[in-house]
Amino acid sequence: MLTLAHFLTLGAILFSLSVAGIFINRKNIIILLMCIELMLLAVNMNFVAFSRFLGNLDGQIFVFFILTVAAAEAGIGLAILVVLFRNRRTINVAELDDLKG
Amino acid sequence: MSLQTTLLLIPLLPLGGAILAGFFRNQIGRVGSHTVTILGVGLSFALSAWLLLQQIDGTLGTVNMSVYTWMVADGIRFQIGFLIDHLTTLMMCVVTFVSFMVHIYTIGYMRDDPGYQRFFSYIALFTFSMLMLVMSNNFLQLFFGWEAVGLVSYLLIGFWFKRESATKAGLKAFLVNRVGDFGFLLGIAAVLLTFGTLDYADVFAQAGGAIDQTISIPGGMEWNMLTFICVCLFIGAMGKSAQAPLHVWLPDSMEGPTPISALIHAATMVTAGIFMVARMSPLFELSEAALSFVLLIGAVTALSMGLIGIVQNDVKRVIAYSTLSQLGYMTVALGVSAYSAAIFHLMTHAFFKALLFLGAGSVIIAMHHEQDMRYMGGLRKYMPITWLTAWIGTLALIGFPFFAGFYSKDAIIEAVADSHRWGSGFAYFAVVAGVLVTAIYSFRLLYLTFHGKERFEVVDDAGDHPPSGQLAHAPKESPLVITVPLILLAIPSIVIGWMTIEPVLFGGWLNDSIFVLEKNDVLAELGEHFHGATAMAMHAVYTLPFWLMVAGFAIATFIYQFRPTIADAVRNRFPFLYRLLDHKYYFDEFYQKVFAQGSVKLGQTLWNKADAGFIDNGIVNGSARVVEWFAARIRRFQTGFLYDYAFAMIIGLIGILAVWVSMVPGR
Repeated sequence: MLTLAHFLTLGAILFSLSVAGIFINRKNIIILLMCIELMLLAVNMNFVAFSRFLGNLDGQIFVFFILTVAAAEAGIGLAILVVLFRNRRTINVAELDDLKG
Repeated sequence: MSLQTTLLLIPLLPLGGAILAGFFRNQIGRVGSHTVTILGVGLSFALSAWLLLQQIDGTLGTVNMSVYTWMVADGIRFQIGFLIDHLTTLMMCVVTFVSFMVHIYTIGYMRDDPGYQRFFSYIALFTFSMLMLVMSNNFLQLFFGWEAVGLVSYLLIGFWFKRESATKAGLKAFLVNRVGDFGFLLGIAAVLLTFGTLDYADVFAQAGGAIDQTISIPGGMEWNMLTFICVCLFIGAMGKSAQAPLHVWLPDSMEGPTPISALIHAATMVTAGIFMVARMSPLFELSEAALSFVLLIGAVTALSMGLIGIVQNDVKRVIAYSTLSQLGYMTVALGVSAYSAAIFHLMTHAFFKALLFLGAGSVIIAMHHEQDMRYMGGLRKYMPITWLTAWIGTLALIGFPFFAGFYSKDAIIEAVADSHRWGSGFAYFAVVAGVLVTAIYSFRLLYLTFHGKERFEVVDDAGDHPPSGQLAHAPKESPLVITVPLILLAIPSIVIGWMTIEPVLFGGWLNDSIFVLEKNDVLAELGEHFHGATAMAMHAVYTLPFWLMVAGFAIATFIYQFRPTIADAVRNRFPFLYRLLDHKYYFDEFYQKVFAQGSVKLGQTLWNKADAGFIDNGIVNGSARVVEWFAARIRRFQTGFLYDYAFAMIIGLIGILAVWVSMVPGR
C-alpha cells in the first residue's frame, strides 16, 4: 500500500537530485535549467500527494499554475540561452563568470 | 530750546557734519566739507560751554535722562541716554574745544592732501563718538562710544593707506585695543551678571550690596566680584589709554596725520580709559586690590615710557612717549583714589599736549615732512610763534610753577605721597623720578628742534623728495590757520591750572560724579594744606619735584646746548641700557615673537596636523580607505559562477527553514 511517506520521499529524492545537479554540474547551462525544472516537479509531487491524501483539491490547482509558470520560464530561459550562445559562442557554466567581483 | 534737544544736538551736530563731508564730499567740495564740520563741532562746543556755564551758575543740576530704548530683553533695558553732571560737561568742553582747534588747524595741515574731505569727515565722526562715550548714562552706550572711537582711530592711523607702515600701524592699534576691549566687555558682562542692569545710577546704587559676592575664575580661584569687575574694566582702560603692557600701539599710531595725533592720540581718545575709571569710581572705591593694580600699572607706565622718550629721534614719537608717561600719571592718580586729580591732569594735559603735537605738526610742515630731530635745529628764528608756543607747552608739560601742568602733576605727586595704599611707595618713586625724565626729554626736544646749529641745508635743486637733511626751500612760519589754534591752545596751557585747581580738586566740583571713601580721600588731606593756587606755586621751590625738574632742565641744557658729545659718550658708555630703551624694552619684539609668530605657528600646526592630517587624511580619505579595504575582502565572495550563487541561496533557504521550524511552537 502506498502511503504519503512514499510520495514525500520521492519528492525529496527528486529535489535532492536537482540540487545535486546544480552543484555538481559545471559544464552545461541547459542541465542547470533542467535541474530547476526538476526542483519544481519535486514540489509539485508534494502538492499532489498532499492534495490526494488530505482530500483537498487546492494543491492540484496550484500544480497547474506552477506547471504553466515553469513552461513560460523554460521558454524565456531557453531564449536567453540562445542569445547568450550567439554572443559568447559557449554555454559552459565555468566560463560564464562576468559577475565575478 | 529744551534741555533734551540741546543734549541731542551736541553729539548729533558733529555727526551731521561727518555725514555731509563723508557721503557728499564731491557735491559740497573742500570748502563745503570743512565748513560743515567746523560749524558742527564749533556749535557743539558752544552748547557744551553753555551747559558748563549754567552748572557754574548753579541753574543746572545733574541730569540723568534716557532718550531712546533700543530694546528690552529679559527685563534688561538697552537704552541711549545722557548723564550730565560736572564730570561730563568738563569732558565735553575739553573734547569739543580741542576738536574745534584741531579742525581749524587741519585746514592748513591737510591743505594739499587728496583725502581732505574724508579727513574732516573722520575727525567729526570721532568727535561724535567721543561725545557719546562721555555723555552716556549706561554701559551699553559707553561701549558703543568706546568701540566707535577705536574704529575712527583705526581709520585715521591708516589714513594714508598707500603707506604700508600706516596700514600696519592701524591694524596694530586695532588688534591691541581688541585685547583691552575683551577685558572691558567681560567687565560689562560681569556688571550685568551682578547687578542685572546696565544703567550707571542703578549699578552704583547697588554697588555696596555686592561687596561680599565672589566669582570663580579659571584656575580655581575665588575672586571678589567687584575686584573682578574693576580689573576687567581697567584692562579695557589699559588698551584705550595705552598703559603698559598694552601701550605698544600708541607710538606706532604716529603714522597718522599730525592733527589726529593731537586730537585722538594725545588729548581725547586715550583719556577715555581715565575718564571711564573716574566715572566708575563708586565701583573702584570698593576694591582695594583693583586700585592697587591700577596704581602699579600706572606707575610702571609713567616712568618706563618717559625713559624711552629720551632716546627717540622722531619728534612725534618723543611726544607720543611723553603722552604715555602722562597717561601713567593719570592712572597713578586713579590708583590712589585721587580721581579728581586724574581728571584735572587729563584736562590740563589735553590742552598742552594738543598744543605740543600741533606745534610739532607745524615744524613738520616747515621741514617738508621731515620728522627726524637730528636734521632740525635752529628753527627758532624761522618760526617764532611755533617756537614760543612750544616753549609754553613744554613748560606746562614739565610742571613749571604757574603753568597748567604744574598744578595737576604736583597734585598727583602729593596725593601719592599721602596715600597708604599697597604699592604707593613704588608709585611715589616712579612719579617723582618721572619729573626728572620728563624735563630731560622735553628740553631735549626743544633744543634739538628750535635751538642750536641748523643741521639741514637749503639746496635749490633738491627735487621733490630730497634726502634727509636737505630742503628745497628754507623753513618758514606756518599760516594763520595753524598758528591761531596754537595760540588759542597756549592760553589755557598757561592759565587753566591756576584758574581751576581750587574748584576741581578741593572745591568739590566733581563731588556729584565721583565717589571717594572717606578713608581713601587723599585729596581732602591735601586740601587742608591748600591756601590758594598762587601760594601753591610759590611753595613749589621747597619741594623735591621742582628741583628735579630744574635738574632735568640743567642736564638737558648742558648736554644739548653746550656739549652735544656727552650724549654720544653716554650712549657708548652704557650700550646695554641704550639698546634696551631704543628697543622700547623689547615689547614689540616679544609680542612679535610670542603672539604674532606664535599664532602663525599655531595656525600652521592646526593646518598641517588637524586639517590636512586629521580631517583630510584621516576622516575623509580614511573612510574611503576603509570602504576600499572592506570591499577588497568581500569581493572574493562574488565568484560569478551560477552554481555558487545557487549554493548560497540553498544554504540560506535551509538556514531560514531551520530557524522557522525551530520557532514553531509546541516542539
